Amino acid sequence: MSKVRVLVGTKKGAFVLGADGGRKKWTVEGPFFGGWEVYHVKGSPVNPERIYASQSSSWFGQIVQRSDDGGVTWNAVGNEFAYEGVAGTHQWYDGTPHPWEFKRVWHLEPSLTEAEVVFAGVEDAALFCSRDGGGSWAEVAGLRKHGSGPAWQPGAGGMCLHTIILDPVNAGRMFVAISAAGTFRTDDGGENWRPVNKGLVSEFMPDPCAEVGHCVHHIAMHKRRPETLFMQKHWDVMRSDDSGDTWREVSGNLPTDFGFVIDVHAHEPETIYVVPIKSDQEHFPLEGKLRVFRSRTGGGEWEALTAGLPQRDCYVNVLRDAMAVDTLEECGVYFGTTGGAVYVSADGGDHWAPIVENLPAVLSVEVQTLR
Amino acid sequence: MSLVRVELPAGLADLARCGRRVEVGVEGVVTVRAVLEALEGRLPVLRGVVREHGSLQRRKYLRFFVCGEDWSHRDLDEALPAVVGEGREVFMVVGAVAGG
Repeated sequence: MSKVRVLVGTKKGAFVLGADGGRKKWTVEGPFFGGWEVYHVKGSPVNPERIYASQSSSWFGQIVQRSDDGGVTWNAVGNEFAYEGVAGTHQWYDGTPHPWEFKRVWHLEPSLTEAEVVFAGVEDAALFCSRDGGGSWAEVAGLRKHGSGPAWQPGAGGMCLHTIILDPVNAGRMFVAISAAGTFRTDDGGENWRPVNKGLVSEFMPDPCAEVGHCVHHIAMHKRRPETLFMQKHWDVMRSDDSGDTWREVSGNLPTDFGFVIDVHAHEPETIYVVPIKSDQEHFPLEGKLRVFRSRTGGGEWEALTAGLPQRDCYVNVLRDAMAVDTLEECGVYFGTTGGAVYVSADGGDHWAPIVENLPAVLSVEVQTLR
Repeated sequence: MSLVRVELPAGLADLARCGRRVEVGVEGVVTVRAVLEALEGRLPVLRGVVREHGSLQRRKYLRFFVCGEDWSHRDLDEALPAVVGEGREVFMVVGAVAGG
């Protein structure tokens, strides 16, 4: 019997939601790490019982927690994230140089093939790797030192490395995204990196087409088509069919192309989902209607999905890591809101229902499909 | 060896899975630095959360109170009042009142 386990990070702790393949009756466990911000919780594809959580607080800094029993019990592992060598400077908001300072882990990405290997994307933007299950961390320094680092600058949420995508076909290839620097790719396991932002246009920059400086909000890939990437940028929904070498806009008929999340259907590589947000000034849905938009054509043509979602007086946001899909035969789609709701659609987005409605603000949602 | 009683903020007690008050053994002169090192030695999960990794700077939203005085900005190697080493006064790690 298949099951799903939904891992939810919130402003005040983590929650583990569980259901069978029907995805109608849910259990809710938590809060774990109550009172702490949990930016991300993610399980290992190699060993689904192993789950990592990023726990942080302005008072006490960063903790990384690990569970080896599917989220029932947790133990703190290594929390020392030291930049390699001289940390150097990046741009501050006013354009002046600012020293790199570790603040928190935004995203944890367990290896697709090695149970003990996990990557961490951090603020100030850098990539770290642990090869001992989170016990110790070393910077993947080639990213920050490839040359453009001093030109990176923080977005409103900080200068964070928030997206890590491991290529399921080419073991040496990895993508990361940084706000506000852009997308970067390595083809040799992290030794060498280069920006892959050609085609992105950001009007807030002096040169809107510059190689770096773009505020990429999130990227998604379908594992059967790893050369195709979908991006929700600050404004614009984008697509690349050549592993990020070039991008083209696929915002099409979206009512607004600002937003944070983007994800791909588990079985249909051309079916993608976004949650349009009104604007960079007003981080809530248009007209108070919470709508997921689905494209079955890889972008360009979009349809609003509203069944079961609030269609009046809804002014929440859906943050960049707060959408996920399961891999059951009928793909489930999940997202969480800053209003504390986590929604599920067990039919690819046609119908939605809340799993929970009153959690703390949701920062991240991940799903494990357990068979 | 002196046995020093340390009071932790609730968040750190939860993290360390201990009570709000823990007893740590301090060799030699009882100073702020010696108490913190003994605390981190007894509860390694507190490394990096009271003091920053590397620099060992006090985290900016934490304070150290002893005998009704704020010792956060004093010399880390200054001897604490004898009553702390005698276990009659508590070394308090205090989180700033802020947030929501």
